[in-house]
Amino acid sequence: MSDAVKRILENYPNAHRDSLIPILQEVQEEQGYLSRDVIVTIGEYLNLPASKIYGVATFYNQFRFKPIGTYHIQVCRGTACHVKGSARVLDAIKRELKIEPNETTRDGMFSLEVVACIGACGLAPVISINGEFFAGVEPEKIKGILNTFRKKGTEHGKS
Amino acid sequence: MITIEVNNRKIQANSGESVLTVLKREGIRVPTLCHLPDLFPTGACRLCVVEIEGYDGLVPSCAFQVADGMKIHTHTPRAIRARKTIIELLLANHPDDCLYCVRNGDCDLQDLAEELGVRERRYTGAKNDYKVDTSSPSIVRDQAKCILCGKCVRVCEEIQGVSAIDFIGRGSGMYVGPAFNEGMNISSCINCGQCIVVCPTGALRERSSIKEVLDAIDNREKFVVVQHAPSVSVTLGEEFGIKPGNDVLGIMTAAMRRIGFARVFDTSFSADLTIMEEASELVERLNNGGKMPLMTSCSPGWIKFVETFYPEFIDNISSCKSPQQMMGALIKSYYAEREGIDPKNIYSVAIMPCTAKKFEADRPELIHNGIADIDAVLTTRELARIIKLRGLDIRNMEPEGNDSPFGERSSAGKLFGVTGGVMEAAVRTAHYMITGKEMEEYTIKDLRGLDGIKETKVIINGMELGLAAVSGLGNARKLLDQIRNGRNDIHFIEVMACPGGCIAGGGQPLAINKAAIKARMKSLYDIDQSAPVRTSHSNKYIKRLYDEFLGKPLGKKSHHLLHTKYQKRDVLK
Repeated sequence: MSDAVKRILENYPNAHRDSLIPILQEVQEEQGYLSRDVIVTIGEYLNLPASKIYGVATFYNQFRFKPIGTYHIQVCRGTACHVKGSARVLDAIKRELKIEPNETTRDGMFSLEVVACIGACGLAPVISINGEFFAGVEPEKIKGILNTFRKKGTEHGKS
Repeated sequence: MITIEVNNRKIQANSGESVLTVLKREGIRVPTLCHLPDLFPTGACRLCVVEIEGYDGLVPSCAFQVADGMKIHTHTPRAIRARKTIIELLLANHPDDCLYCVRNGDCDLQDLAEELGVRERRYTGAKNDYKVDTSSPSIVRDQAKCILCGKCVRVCEEIQGVSAIDFIGRGSGMYVGPAFNEGMNISSCINCGQCIVVCPTGALRERSSIKEVLDAIDNREKFVVVQHAPSVSVTLGEEFGIKPGNDVLGIMTAAMRRIGFARVFDTSFSADLTIMEEASELVERLNNGGKMPLMTSCSPGWIKFVETFYPEFIDNISSCKSPQQMMGALIKSYYAEREGIDPKNIYSVAIMPCTAKKFEADRPELIHNGIADIDAVLTTRELARIIKLRGLDIRNMEPEGNDSPFGERSSAGKLFGVTGGVMEAAVRTAHYMITGKEMEEYTIKDLRGLDGIKETKVIINGMELGLAAVSGLGNARKLLDQIRNGRNDIHFIEVMACPGGCIAGGGQPLAINKAAIKARMKSLYDIDQSAPVRTSHSNKYIKRLYDEFLGKPLGKKSHHLLHTKYQKRDVLK
């Protein structure tokens, strides 16, 4: 068990199953995702089977089971973005990266998340990569945008 | 007692009962898909809705208690329409491949669609494209056919204490699966198959070995032998419309010969052998201070449960192989030698009430130099399918006997089919081994019946032995936790993974209800009561086997052929 997870659990002495969600949230906050090991550890701590924890965690969109990539892409699928064609934007990203939402590319460069609304409807359709917003995104622009980050990531990796 | 009115008829009920319970007792059938007797109702499927005067909405009868003066209407047009709509909606994303489904003709969803008169497709939903999980040697999961009733999840958690599966995701994307939705083979599943027994559709089924067995029978180079477990003869009949509990041993044996099995052996014989070894082990541990309490080893689901969840008790489990595996080992050694057949050419089939037996047969420690003790395991249901496939009319068949030398059993071996039976059988023989005398009364009443944990004490030679017979792994958890916390007045524990024992196993005919299980149980008790030989040690074929081949219980040859090892399992649990 990592020290960080241990510290989080220490904040929940004599915890029962009702503490599961706050624990999962804190762990994800700390580690970026919920690993198998973490789920086992939490299960042992709360006396809950792994299947149950996975069941609860998959009920909510907020939990991830793979580490996020160097660049975390959030695609807004809110109403305004939807009207402006965000479904095609999402498709383009999925095609380009060959991953589904809540997955990470094998090289660990990109991860993809679908969010309901990021409150930037005026910029629709909008995506955010590591907090940087891209407004009025068209599917044709996706490749270019991702390549910029890919290049940046590769150079960063070398240095 | 209170009085309620159902469909304008006055009915007596007990306060606190659910409406559904009362309706059932009165013979009024309200359909259910998610209801599990004895467990807290979830009210998930809404099929059991009824109208109650004074209530605007339809009320789920499974989750609603009766009250004095309540006026209930069970089959009003409104209630029926609601039920029909539910079925139509369930069918909207169902694969509709009934003709190709293992449950064709034996499916709750199909039955209800028929009963409620669904004749046209009012809703067409998108079909899902879940992949079939065939990773487990015992259980095949086809999520596309799942209607999310939740019975498998509840049985696994609340009855078996395993929780290998749960609901994953939510809304229309929800499905049932193990943690991280990986294969069942690497989950904490212990292969008991209780989920299959409660599944209303074809979403869960056993991994079939019918093709392999029929191919082997067709292969002229193979000498195909079969053994049948103690409980199979009292349940198989149900697949052919025979009343639960009727013993069809003779005609089953005849049918097996006509299918083409060269020899038919009785696993109850090797159960007798298990008793000789296990009782000796008990006596040995009592005398020489081995790890106590001793725990039985014949239920492979139980073994995997200990290996997975309670590895600290692995050394408590008897090292005896299960009767299936003992028989398998003897067929390919003693029998092969005696008959001059190369063990490589023997194909050994076991008919079992159990899906975990399929897993057991695959265990690497039970395969030596590429020769497995057992080549294929079929459930009672699969045997019935083969009998039907071969057009055999078992109702018009003359009974036949099993084959020598593994065909004669004592009734102690036959009792393996019911919870508490192994214990009774073992005590009979242990008593004889310790005192040299037979017990005055063979039946141990405290160990009989359907209770999940049955305990008693017997005194043998002034020594008090604490005995416990447990069925259902949730109950096993309770007892193991007590022992973990220091309880030490129990010396010998029998555990059967399935509630009630093998008669209610995961491979048995699906129409499992308490009445059927009791009838099956009674049948085995009756067989024991009227049997000429009621103890394993007085089975003369067992004696001959030791004289001719094995030597003595726990001897060198026994150790090599009849005993095994277990291992801790590291899985997501």
